[in-house]
Amino acid sequence: MNHLPLIIKREYLTKVKNKSFIVMTILSPIIMIALIALVAYLSQLNNNKIKTISVLDESGLVQDIFQDTESTKYHLLENVTLEDAKKIVEETDGFGLLHIGSNSDLKELANTINFYSEDSPSFAIMESLESKIEKRLRELKLKQEGVDLNKINAAKINIEIGQESYSGEKTSKIDNIFKLIFGGLAGYMLFMFIIIYGNMIMRSVIEEKTSRIIEIIISSVKPVQLMLGKIIGTSLAGVTQFIIWIILGGFLLSLVSVIFGIDLMDSQMQQQEVLIQQAMENPEVVNNQIEVVKTAFFNLPILNLIIAFIIFFIGGYLLYSSLYAAIGAAVDNETDTQQFLLPIIMPLVIAVYVGIFTVIEDPHGTVSTVFSYIPLTSPVVMLMRIPFGVPIWEQAISVLILVGSFMFTVWFAAKIYRVGILMYGKKPSYKEVFKWLKY
Amino acid sequence: MENLLIAESVSKNFGDFTALNNVSISVPKGSVFGLLGPNGAGKTTLIRIINQITMPDTGKIVLDGEPLQSHHIKDIGYLPEERGLYKSMRVGEQALYLAQLKGLSHREAKSRLKWWFERLEIGDWWNKKIQELSKGMAQKIQFIVTVLHQPKLLIFDEPFSGFDPINANLIKDEILRLRDEGSTIIFSTHRMESVEEMCDHIALLHESNKILDGKLNDIKQQYRTNTYEVGLNIDDKETLHKELSSKFSVTQADFRSIREELKLNITLNGNETANGLLNYLTSKAEVSHFVELIPSANDIFIRTVEEN
Repeated sequence: MNHLPLIIKREYLTKVKNKSFIVMTILSPIIMIALIALVAYLSQLNNNKIKTISVLDESGLVQDIFQDTESTKYHLLENVTLEDAKKIVEETDGFGLLHIGSNSDLKELANTINFYSEDSPSFAIMESLESKIEKRLRELKLKQEGVDLNKINAAKINIEIGQESYSGEKTSKIDNIFKLIFGGLAGYMLFMFIIIYGNMIMRSVIEEKTSRIIEIIISSVKPVQLMLGKIIGTSLAGVTQFIIWIILGGFLLSLVSVIFGIDLMDSQMQQQEVLIQQAMENPEVVNNQIEVVKTAFFNLPILNLIIAFIIFFIGGYLLYSSLYAAIGAAVDNETDTQQFLLPIIMPLVIAVYVGIFTVIEDPHGTVSTVFSYIPLTSPVVMLMRIPFGVPIWEQAISVLILVGSFMFTVWFAAKIYRVGILMYGKKPSYKEVFKWLKY
Repeated sequence: MENLLIAESVSKNFGDFTALNNVSISVPKGSVFGLLGPNGAGKTTLIRIINQITMPDTGKIVLDGEPLQSHHIKDIGYLPEERGLYKSMRVGEQALYLAQLKGLSHREAKSRLKWWFERLEIGDWWNKKIQELSKGMAQKIQFIVTVLHQPKLLIFDEPFSGFDPINANLIKDEILRLRDEGSTIIFSTHRMESVEEMCDHIALLHESNKILDGKLNDIKQQYRTNTYEVGLNIDDKETLHKELSSKFSVTQADFRSIREELKLNITLNGNETANGLLNYLTSKAEVSHFVELIPSANDIFIRTVEEN
């Protein structure tokens, strides 16, 4: 008798109707978005505080380069000693004092520059001050040497190396960033999905064991059916939850950005301003940028990505979740699962690390290629590689290995499952679990 | 009598451990078959093999004339000893689910469940969650689910544990009623008084071997020792006691009575009869008590296990 649909239906409905599942489904995106909004709000608060930096320029060469911005105001001090200046800044509660000494030699002058403040200034502020002064001093030095600045500016050439494959497909740096984002997102989603819902399957097996319902069910259902039903039912509940998260998250995100609108877009606005400035100088650049993003997206092997995503997602997930089910069957309670969980989590973590570090470095190198064949890591690593273009035959081999090992794992897990669910009382060792295979 | 279930030389090993060693049993149709044995004797393994939960290493099982196959699942109802239910599921949907797993349609399962719920007076539990019920209440649900699909063979492993005496009686009557309606029952228990009350046949397992089986009455016949418990009303007890001791093997007996009598267990040897003993006793004293000591299932159980 095929009870699979019945079991899947029960597993799905009990998961979906479970109160904590419902709460998690609704609350998670709300908390996530609230956190994002909070961080955005806080960083904006931080930026809004206008910092006043006093400048005491004894050389008189540099002071005119400091122009007020939204977050920083410059206050020029004149005709005071350094000691007085420090006092003034301290009394007026200014952010800090930039002191530039006087020296006829520009190189020596560079060594006389100091910043005094109560709290040490942030890296970004120092960086910006240094680059401003550096630029001015270099210009002055060049002038001293009698070099014509206009000529130097005119001689500046911007280089962007065009990338093209032998078959004539144009790529660009933005292309690569897109590929990274797509591959990384797919791999990471699979990783999260396996951990969250694998654990859920494991817990549900343990629950059946401890409540002893398994004793009643097992006389009407084959263990393999029960295990597969559990895996599929839980996964469907997981997919439901994921879809709700994406929809709810997207909705909330757009809601938040409408409310805090400008805040979230702030940094992007600044970038756009830069773009607009560039555009005034060179109108072609902007058009190019938009074009590049567009082509970057369409350059991705989209159909391949979608199909591969579905296959590797299902294959990888089933592979891992049957192992989770076997662990659940082998133990009596959740605290005993640790020793068995480690060998499952390890390859997953390795897969993600290989994905992040090696694939970015060299998507078709030996390490990436090998890990995209090994079944426990292939789903994550291959999903990260595919955007960079992996030949179909390589993908096919990886899928075949995955399917083969998936079938082996299900067989293996079912063996452990059918013995384990009826074993109580003691925490089994690896040795005992392997003995079960022979029962 | 025709047998519903035959197990032929079934053996099962778990690694180095032998759980069943060449065990054969025959369960006659319409009987209550007691499967007895101390803890760890192999009862549960045998029951799991009958339920196709575990496969035997050697031997075969025949159910109703056919070798055991997966479609026989619906012909067997099994109430395991260690039993539970999904804690967070409602009683009704849970019972429906379990019934459907046994192959009943949703509608059929529902109408039968309603009938049983009415019968055991638990109609208003339908929407309760299992965790709100007491252990005995949950046992009733498990019992209903076991018998709901009207299987030919019912296997009860310690069915009365967790029930109060009233409900245990209720369940006992239901089991006997099911037998009268044609079901065959395998009954595994440690409670010998219910074996005495209910079983027609028994098989005794000990350390993976079957050490005894047959009709309960035949076994009792086989184990009777020709011992009679007698009460004699006489003034001079000591003289009579001595006289009897010289003729028969006599031990002191202990039973309740309202008079101060001479209470003895008298064992006859092969060629003496109960009537002969009675005649002899009536000539000596007033006989107030005369009963054959029939070995109880409990005695047989303990004796056989100790002998092995």
